[in-house]
Amino acid sequence: MKFAVLVFPGSNCDIDCYKAVEDTLGEPVDYVWHTATDLSAYDCILVPGGFSYGDYLRCGAISQFAPVMAEVAKAAEQGKFVLGICNGFQILTEAGLLPGALRRNMSMKFRCHDSVLKVVNNATPFTVDYAKDEEIIIPIAHGEGNYYCDDETLEQLKANNQIVFTYSDNPNGSVDDIAGVSNIQGNVVGMMPHPERAANALLGSEDGKRMFTSILKTWRDRHGAASIR
Amino acid sequence: MLKATVYVTIKKSVLDPQGVAVQGALRSVGFQEVESLRIGKYMEMTLDTDDRAVAEERLKEMCEKLLANTVIEDYRYELED
Repeated sequence: MKFAVLVFPGSNCDIDCYKAVEDTLGEPVDYVWHTATDLSAYDCILVPGGFSYGDYLRCGAISQFAPVMAEVAKAAEQGKFVLGICNGFQILTEAGLLPGALRRNMSMKFRCHDSVLKVVNNATPFTVDYAKDEEIIIPIAHGEGNYYCDDETLEQLKANNQIVFTYSDNPNGSVDDIAGVSNIQGNVVGMMPHPERAANALLGSEDGKRMFTSILKTWRDRHGAASIR
Repeated sequence: MLKATVYVTIKKSVLDPQGVAVQGALRSVGFQEVESLRIGKYMEMTLDTDDRAVAEERLKEMCEKLLANTVIEDYRYELED
């Protein structure tokens, strides 16, 4: 299974994502520059955190038009796995690959600390290694992570089981405590917390590790390969 | 040449934390009459056209595509010679 970690000017969690894949799974992983126009070699695309294009105008607003994003949309449509973390989540909502938008934190503060998440949907390719309603510790680090969608969209998210994670102690004012959502098909997930920063006990939590093992497990299940090592 | 001014604001139905914080600050220094305050973005640009209808259509496209996120923001624009 082959992973791509997208790199925009201003990405700063790209190395963490790369290392999380390398250390947790040992599967091939490449950095892919935002100008790339071919993602056909990859099975999973990670859109990392950071401040793409300086977050000018709005977080993720300019990145949505980077050449690589047309390929991400194509990959998403093909059913490949796409995970947006933090700024990556903002980019995926701006690009229309995920519903809703991210606003300034209600507290007006940049929040940077561990957060307790509840796994609401453990049936996505990113969450199969968690138990439903399991509580996990994943750090957050954002100033604009306040998830918003209108009431109608929220009803759809609930009806289609698109809410993947919620916060136990809503740190940013998100609608319905939402920390992460998926598209209807479930192969595109975006979340504000950083699982790649919780991939080793040395970092304070290794609860993020299972997001990566989930991806490989789902991929192997679908491709009839040997069980996860 | 036409000059366009674009204003982007957070929708009325969506909380604007920046606006609330600044309103609170104004009240704390004695401006109690400020009942609400919303912060937005102001952009000015010159357009290489004299055709107002074309300019308006293009501006609308710019706003919908990039300048505003219509999930949470409203926009309006003004055009002058």
